[in-house]
Amino acid sequence: MLQLERRPLPSPLMQWASPLIALMLTVITGYLIFMAMGRDPLRSLTFFFITPLSSAYGWAELGLKMAPLLLCAAGLTLCYRAKLWNIGAEGHLLMGALGASIVAVELRGHSGAWVLPLVLLAGMAFGAFWAGLAAGLKTRFNANEILTTIMLNYIALNLLVYAVHGPLRDPFGFGFPQSVMFSDSALLPKLIAGTRLHIGWLFGLLAAVAVWVVLARSFIGFQLNVLGQDSRAAEFAGFHQRWLVWFAFLVAGALAGLAGASEVTGPIGQLVPHVSVSYGYTAIIVVFLGRMHPIGIVAASALLALTFLGGEMLQIAMNMPKSITQLFQGLLLFYLLISDAFIHFRLRFKPAVPAPVTTENAMTTQEG
Amino acid sequence: MDWGLITNVLSAAVIAGTPLLLVALGALVCERSGVLNLGLEGMMLMGAMAGFAAATVTGSLLGGVLMAMIAGIVMSMLFAFMAITLAANQYAAGLSLTIFGTGLSAFLGSGYVGSTVAGFERVAIPLLGDLPVLGRVLFQQDILVYLSFALAVGVYVLLNHSRAGLIIRAVGESPESANANGLKVLAVRYLAVGFGGAMAGLGGAYLSLAYTPMWSENMTAGRGWIALALVVFATWRPERLVLGAYLFGLASILHLVLQGFGWRISTELLAMLPYVVTILVLVLLSVNPMRTRLNTPLSLGQPYRPSR
Repeated sequence: MLQLERRPLPSPLMQWASPLIALMLTVITGYLIFMAMGRDPLRSLTFFFITPLSSAYGWAELGLKMAPLLLCAAGLTLCYRAKLWNIGAEGHLLMGALGASIVAVELRGHSGAWVLPLVLLAGMAFGAFWAGLAAGLKTRFNANEILTTIMLNYIALNLLVYAVHGPLRDPFGFGFPQSVMFSDSALLPKLIAGTRLHIGWLFGLLAAVAVWVVLARSFIGFQLNVLGQDSRAAEFAGFHQRWLVWFAFLVAGALAGLAGASEVTGPIGQLVPHVSVSYGYTAIIVVFLGRMHPIGIVAASALLALTFLGGEMLQIAMNMPKSITQLFQGLLLFYLLISDAFIHFRLRFKPAVPAPVTTENAMTTQEG
Repeated sequence: MDWGLITNVLSAAVIAGTPLLLVALGALVCERSGVLNLGLEGMMLMGAMAGFAAATVTGSLLGGVLMAMIAGIVMSMLFAFMAITLAANQYAAGLSLTIFGTGLSAFLGSGYVGSTVAGFERVAIPLLGDLPVLGRVLFQQDILVYLSFALAVGVYVLLNHSRAGLIIRAVGESPESANANGLKVLAVRYLAVGFGGAMAGLGGAYLSLAYTPMWSENMTAGRGWIALALVVFATWRPERLVLGAYLFGLASILHLVLQGFGWRISTELLAMLPYVVTILVLVLLSVNPMRTRLNTPLSLGQPYRPSR
């Protein structure tokens, strides 16, 4: 009989093999799903995973989708390392987009190199403020951060929709719920001419590096790790837990806010209701898939960025529902958690009926 | 204030509170057994989608409800496998269920967006339905509302006055002692999670077959999460849950009431109310942390593997 048995030590091999196994299982399941839909599975998978990357433009688009994912994931990594379950990146991002848009619309008449930094800072400040609400609710009132951040996500979305229908609506926009187009001085410079890739991608990479430095080389990072592994140890060591919560949340908020600001000042160029295709939620998958490690999340954000492109590609080329993206993302996380179980457990073949105990194997059992 | 308006408001609050009540009742039993399933939203969405699809295809509302519950159970078993058998982190497993359910329901339901079914209709209960105010509020509703009354009573009796309830509570308070007493902890938890899944599916079906008879992506709009907060609000007691569900129902239709009074506030701002109320409630509850701590099932959220 097959039985799960706890490994003496967590397996470092499985720790990093698990995402690859999950990806493999997702591809296999995808094959079966396409087959069940009566589509050519190999052709569909090619369209999903390979065609989007067959041109330089495709790679630029990949970077474009990577930017918000990586920014959100970098901040969440800090939180999750400390077992602070911040689900609010989506809300931080939306508030960042809103804050940046308010300033960008306000400064529309101005040109100058100072406009863009101000717009981005506003985004970061709004994102950090939104995350700070959750941090305050947790540290002051002990309110569960999962629930508060989820609720704040919905509130942020409603605020944003209110803004584009009300105060920020373009008066000459034919009634569409969107702001005016920002002036050029408030737009992010392109990284590669002729594509949509902007320097927000570099922000993402910088954020990953910064988070790596914090986690691997700083005392705060050490404290966050301890808090996550054993909160009582952190207490005994005299760490200021409230302070750590504030730090992780504010950084996560500022980074996700920057992601939102980069979206409205990058590919979109104005505030619209659908700023985010749930980047903030997808970033959660990125963090788990990337093993809560800065290098890991860079790779994972590229993979999940690809699922967005693949979904669009299938919609255009094979007329499939775009939600196939979410399906693949869900499958990926689902399989990841299952194969993650084998970091701590292993399968053992055991006889269903225990062998009669003789002195000899009783001895060996005790030794083992 | 005239009674007609109050009656209408309360009646609408009961309807808006019913999906929350159904989902939260399941979550309550599940959490009493020590398992925290954050996948309510995902199971609800699958229930809403499956129920709507089945009702469209078969033309039977009952068939839709059954299919929704089956979908909820199937989803909950995925969670149970991860969280109970593989002893995975319950937070992560539940979150993954929500993300997976959101994606799967959007994908499978994409063909049903825009189609309609004739949803459940109000059926007045004879005699009781003629009571002033209360009759209109409680006894002139659809069948699923009556079912939710029965289920609330059922869960109350199950937990407080039955042997099965004692077992569930024992498993939730101390799986080690329950195991030592010969109870099958994992089996009990599987059943409790399955019940939670069925109820989440039912709650989803209420949305897509009675509340707003249609299917759209993400139509639950966070109700699964609100239900989770509701269980905390009710300190894991079914009788308080009923009250809480209708209060939340009231909060979520308040914008209609305020507009009825001629308030000029944008609908987008008012639509935030249920979420703001949820946060406020969480804060009020946590002012006295001892209250929550005393009532929380002791082993809630902690994976358990029986030692051999």
